[in-house]
Amino acid sequence: MSNPAWKSFIAMVRRDLLIAVRCRSEMLNPLFFYILVVLMFALAVDVRPSVLQAIAPGVIWVAALLSTLLALDSLFRSDFEDGFLEIMLLSPHSLYLLVLAKVLAHWLVTGLPLVIVAPLLAMALGLPDRTMDELILSLLLGTPVLSLLGAIGTALILGLRSGGMMISLLVLPLYVPVLIYGAGSISAGLIDNATSQPYLLFLAAFLVFTLVFAPLATAAALRISIE
Amino acid sequence: MEQYTLNANGLTCYRGDQCLFQALDFNVQSRQLLMIEGHNGSGKTSLLKLIAGLRSPDEGSLLWNGEAIDKTSSQYRQQLAYVGHNDGVKRELTVLENLRLMQQLFTPSSHSCHDILQQLNLVVQQDSLAGTLSAGQRRRVALARALYSQTKLWILDEPFTALDKATHEFFLEALQQHLIQDGLAVMTSHHDVNLPGVSIQRLELQT
Repeated sequence: MSNPAWKSFIAMVRRDLLIAVRCRSEMLNPLFFYILVVLMFALAVDVRPSVLQAIAPGVIWVAALLSTLLALDSLFRSDFEDGFLEIMLLSPHSLYLLVLAKVLAHWLVTGLPLVIVAPLLAMALGLPDRTMDELILSLLLGTPVLSLLGAIGTALILGLRSGGMMISLLVLPLYVPVLIYGAGSISAGLIDNATSQPYLLFLAAFLVFTLVFAPLATAAALRISIE
Repeated sequence: MEQYTLNANGLTCYRGDQCLFQALDFNVQSRQLLMIEGHNGSGKTSLLKLIAGLRSPDEGSLLWNGEAIDKTSSQYRQQLAYVGHNDGVKRELTVLENLRLMQQLFTPSSHSCHDILQQLNLVVQQDSLAGTLSAGQRRRVALARALYSQTKLWILDEPFTALDKATHEFFLEALQQHLIQDGLAVMTSHHDVNLPGVSIQRLELQT
């Protein structure tokens, strides 16, 4: 860990976590949004357990996806506005690692809490205990993908004034496979004799793919935006 | 004595459809300061960003020691310190945390954070959040990036903005020392700069 590149990676993660702790609203707002959306579905939809249970995987995943989308704007915005992004781009250390550090910190602050509260929300939606493994694993594998893909879109729209709508249009289509396989893995857990393994393996493969390529694309997008 | 050079050949830059500057040539060497002058909107900041490698010229080329400046070249970035119009100081971190972060993101300096704080007269504020500092104090934190970087090329966008007289003089002295020790600097400033023993080139940008 004495490698300067790793030191800069750790410094960046630490910096973003510190800022998140000092500006708690950015950390808590997406979490509250996630909880509210899921609970609203539970209140609004037919109270028969079978109906609620059938739609629960989709509800949990759509809520996680929207919540991630809500949190994406904060990923690079303040660094862009106060000039820190220019400093980051001029650092002699790998921009790939610095971007990865920022996305990791962002996921720890906005994605991991969703995974932690998901079992409680799943109980509210009537999901049986036997699906908890699929629920947690799919979110653990899928939410980092949402952050990694979202970072590309966020970096691309940094210079635009009305970026909120643009980011939804840019990123939501990319989220579709994660949504299908994430919700699919939990649904498979609901069916006797069905296995969720292929879904989870696909999510794991997608995570590896985005871990390798998304920071490269984000770094390139940041260089374009800063011009 | 080492000799470093920064050359621009036919540099042209557009902002949208507007041409900011065209066919710009200059040659700066060690122990020289290039002062970029011009009215607001004439492209001074854009030129500094070009030199820093934050954007690419629309035409022409920039050479550092005879080699083209590449946006992705970490070797060139190791040689430069850039203090832009926005200071890059994180308001949510303390002064000390900001300085430590800079040291971790760039080549470590031989100066300790405590030395830097003492010389910039920020010891009392070291544990204060940067957001609670005055604009001048935040500018001092930003300038520390150049002052203690041990890089050869300083790129400074209006470095004296909001500085008090004492810090202004301290910074001028540091700039002079940097240039005398084989450094180069490119700077925009509305203040007149006079550094004994240093060659100053002036480049007027006209739209």
